[in-house]
Amino acid sequence: MTFVTDSILSWVTFLPLAGALLILLFARKDNIARLIAMGVAVADFILSLHLWFHFDNANAADQFTELVPWLANGKINYSMGLDGVSLLLVLLTTFLGPLVILSTWSAIKHRVAESMAFLLFLQTAMIGTFLARDMLLFYVFWEAMLIPMYFIIGIWGGERRIYAAVKLFIYTMAGSLLMLVAILYMYSQAGTMSLDGFMSLNIPAEQQMWLFLAFTLAFAIKVPLFPFHTWLPDAHVEAPTAGSVILAGILLKMGTYGMLRFSIPLFPSAAIEFGPWFAVLAVIGIIYGALVAMVQKDVKKLVAYSSVSHLGFVVLGLFSLTAAGVAGGIYQMLAHGLSTGALFLLVGVIYERRHTRLISDFGGLAHQMPVYASIFLFVTLASIGLPGLCGFAGEFMVLFGSFSSTLLPHAKLLVILSSTGVILGAIYMLWMYQRVFLGKLANEANQSLKDMSLREIFVLLPILIFIIVLGILPGPFLEKIEPSIDRLLTPVLELRQETPADHHITIPHTNESHDSQTEMEIH
Amino acid sequence: MESTLRWIVLIPLIGAALNGFTVRMMPRKLAGIIACSAVGISFLLSVRLFIAMIGMDVADRSLHDLVYTWISFGGIQIDVGFAMDQLGVIMALVVSGVGFLIHVYSIGYMAHDEGSNRFFAYLNLFIFAMMMLVLGENLIMLFVGWEGVGLCSYLLISFWFNDEANAAAGKKAFIVNRVGDFGFLLGLFVIGVNLLPHLNPGEGLFAFSVLQHHAHILAPAATVIGLLLFLGATGKSAQIPLFIWLPDAMAGPTPVSALIHAATMVTAGVYMIARLNFLYVLSDTAMLVIAIVGAATALLAATIALTQNDIKKVLAYSTVSQLGYMILACGVGAFATGVFHLMTHAFFKALLFLGSGSVIHAMSNEQDMRLMGGLRKKLPLTWPTFIIGTVALAGVFPFAGFFSKDEILWKAFSDGNIWLWITGFLAAGLTAFYMMRLVVLTFFGKNRASDEVKSHIHESPLTMTLPLVVLAVLSIVGGWIGIPHFMGGGNHFEMWLEPVFNSSHHGAAHAAAAHADHAAEVAMEWTLASASLAWALIGISLGTFIYMKKIAIANAAKRFAGGSIYKVLLNKYFIDEAYEKAIVNPGYKFSNGFLFKIFDKVIIDGILVNGSAFVVAVTGSLLRLFQNGMVRFYAWGLFAGVAMFIIYLQLAS
Repeated sequence: MTFVTDSILSWVTFLPLAGALLILLFARKDNIARLIAMGVAVADFILSLHLWFHFDNANAADQFTELVPWLANGKINYSMGLDGVSLLLVLLTTFLGPLVILSTWSAIKHRVAESMAFLLFLQTAMIGTFLARDMLLFYVFWEAMLIPMYFIIGIWGGERRIYAAVKLFIYTMAGSLLMLVAILYMYSQAGTMSLDGFMSLNIPAEQQMWLFLAFTLAFAIKVPLFPFHTWLPDAHVEAPTAGSVILAGILLKMGTYGMLRFSIPLFPSAAIEFGPWFAVLAVIGIIYGALVAMVQKDVKKLVAYSSVSHLGFVVLGLFSLTAAGVAGGIYQMLAHGLSTGALFLLVGVIYERRHTRLISDFGGLAHQMPVYASIFLFVTLASIGLPGLCGFAGEFMVLFGSFSSTLLPHAKLLVILSSTGVILGAIYMLWMYQRVFLGKLANEANQSLKDMSLREIFVLLPILIFIIVLGILPGPFLEKIEPSIDRLLTPVLELRQETPADHHITIPHTNESHDSQTEMEIH
Repeated sequence: MESTLRWIVLIPLIGAALNGFTVRMMPRKLAGIIACSAVGISFLLSVRLFIAMIGMDVADRSLHDLVYTWISFGGIQIDVGFAMDQLGVIMALVVSGVGFLIHVYSIGYMAHDEGSNRFFAYLNLFIFAMMMLVLGENLIMLFVGWEGVGLCSYLLISFWFNDEANAAAGKKAFIVNRVGDFGFLLGLFVIGVNLLPHLNPGEGLFAFSVLQHHAHILAPAATVIGLLLFLGATGKSAQIPLFIWLPDAMAGPTPVSALIHAATMVTAGVYMIARLNFLYVLSDTAMLVIAIVGAATALLAATIALTQNDIKKVLAYSTVSQLGYMILACGVGAFATGVFHLMTHAFFKALLFLGSGSVIHAMSNEQDMRLMGGLRKKLPLTWPTFIIGTVALAGVFPFAGFFSKDEILWKAFSDGNIWLWITGFLAAGLTAFYMMRLVVLTFFGKNRASDEVKSHIHESPLTMTLPLVVLAVLSIVGGWIGIPHFMGGGNHFEMWLEPVFNSSHHGAAHAAAAHADHAAEVAMEWTLASASLAWALIGISLGTFIYMKKIAIANAAKRFAGGSIYKVLLNKYFIDEAYEKAIVNPGYKFSNGFLFKIFDKVIIDGILVNGSAFVVAVTGSLLRLFQNGMVRFYAWGLFAGVAMFIIYLQLAS
């Protein structure tokens, strides 16, 4: 097996693509395509477990690295690597993969083989994005994600699927092109496309600003950060369940991942200077997303807007530029992937039965579908950050880290504002739950609904288990990312130490304890 | 022995899991037995530790059970662990003891309910969360329990969710409590930020022992921390301004009202303040705010209770009022007294709620007292136990409530703020009055129900009446462990808790004052105690007289000032309506009318996004060759572009 373990990252990345090709070329029958896709996704998950068990927690650098010269005499390489942050996100991807495929069993009935192929293709692109350590390679994976997503929404989506798909495509493309320009500029400066090469560039502060903005804008659209979010509700509402789960579970994390992997360490001075603006947008998004979610009439749209709110916490944590805030942000990414992924699966369950998602069409479903109602409530509680479930630890660390941040101006005010999200989250979720599940089962169309099937429960079960695991055992996950986070924040903290006063960047530090604070962060 | 602690907490969770996952299959009787056993075992284990603790030296009365480290990150360490000291063991005994009795009662009360297995699962889950709250060794564990009991409260209030009003009441409880949690969380952050730089390795950031050890570091922030955490307490313990959820919470089954919304969960705020006494005493401002809020809540809720017609609503406002006393006690630094009242109140208020449940059961689910009456003869066990609970609550010597409430009033008086005492004293008289109103309307006179209902009136089964008897006994003798020194008692309760609260400078100051002028003080204590007793008796007599003989007086009072005062009280000072008008409705209108429909749809999406797309489209129509509208075309174009770039690089090198 050494030929697998020696290039394990490539195996994990490209196995799904191989599966996709296999399906398209040789196995276009519906059930065979499904089985192959399922088998490949499960195999990919098992392969990725190798990464978890052989990961060296103490090592902050990339592990399992692969480097193959690709273009331009070694200036551009096929370079893959994995640190703690990538590890958790890759595992989230491979974990959700088989569940998503299983969820399409009854939802997707036409052009099955193609749908399976696109899902697998998408998985390769997503994993590659998390693992690429060469900027061109990263960009290829990054853009490659759009193509299958476009087709998944455009072919298997709802009524306005073309509008939604085109909007998604053009919107995110526009941002990405800015990033491409920035990458090419940095390539001309560094003479290499390797991330390490970019890292060792000493970019003057004025240039950092433009490059930082180009990168971060592309990522902000993907997150999506307020006010770049309006593609998301359309995409979610029109996407089939599988598309929504991947979109919410993983694709949105590409934006926050990019901020952490590139925006902050590559442009530390700009991150200190302009990061706070993105933190402010994040806080607006937390409140705005929650308020707009509250007034939605469509369950799926409600969940979509709730993502704007949840992802706001992640961005706030990242730009707190504290280890705890960043760790909380990553943890929140995992938690949101599980809870919101599960919510979209659950919305899919009822949509398949009733072909409506309007809250007003329901009411009293708990009488007719007690298992469904129980699972939905459980996930709802996870989503609103009930302690003991996955949502709490991340939210807590984000807010606590941000509260203690000395680099983020008005950090305490921002945390106070964001903490209202704790109240608003409960309002929009529990109100929706009340209107859909409680009260009398008045609508006749709901009176013969069948409760969840075993297959549907089985799809949710692994997610439910991990919602609890992440809630009560954050330790094993946090210890994997701690050294990587310290490494990613090093450029910012070094800059902060060198030039507290003479640099033109003003760093507010009214807090008496800021010296010991800094020690803590470096520590 | 110390690992017993985790089992006290976990066994109810196991019970909840057993019943929760087998809802359909488990026979109803077995479900009840499982649930009762789980709580019973917790109680017995607590008793065992209590006995062991009595045998220990005072300094050793602190048990620790570290289970694992929850978070250890960048110097932040938070453990999952349990601790039991003199305060913790009392809370554990009250929660599991009263909890057990209410579980037993529920077997009878829920016997005919289809969802009784689900009910028992929730009830066990509640005990688990409540035990975590009172036995958690740090503030995060407390908060986990705090949220857990809130969840169970939500589940149990909306237990009969077929009625949308019940579901709404549950949701309201959860959301109002979340407003409190918002403050609680911020309080945690302020503690953490101030403490983190000073921690030694291995010290848990929020551990109570660590907080106490480093309390001086937190001193400058004590007011902010104290008030933020207190906002949490106003939610959980139903104080002004967040008490509005508790009366609605009566939508839940009556055992739930007794257990969660009277005896245990709502006292969590009192427990939290008592637990953090070493922090609170560092801020006179925070203490004063707490005392004022407590006293004001005690009076406000008592006035509302005067006019309510729903038997459970009267008891609910009474609970809010009594919680106000406990909070007041904490505010004047009499933490032990606050906990003492917490315990006696758990006995007699659980008794009263369960008694009202027995009444409601007999009356075929009628809760309106105007349709009751004369139940004295029909309910031979409920009636005497209920009257015991009533006099205990009214503060009649020598029943439990007398000692604890009198002690609170005395501590408020000797704290030097006469207004706090006057407010509390006024509320005490009202308490006696509204309770007699309730008793007379329910148990005396003629029965005003329909004949149909009348024919079904019956005493409840033994599983329901037995807990009533036990609680009645506790409501009599429960106060005797805290008979104050001036009456010749040992005040064992306060002495037991003293090591937990010895850092309280208030207590120390009082002790010194007591020594200085002992005789005068004893005389004053006798005077106040007599006044309290007389005041309670006046309230009782007036209530009895008016509602038995001269109902015209009550009717005249209703019409006083054109009936406006009555209307204000009956409608709970229109506080719900005020929140509705000031926050809920504008919040929804703003979010829906402006944020979503105008800002999101028109400004961002319409003008900025699709508008710019439209401009591009118009421009692009000139370049129709490329603008074929097929995103597929763009996609492949993109790939072609990247490919060309790659080829260029290849050739250039």
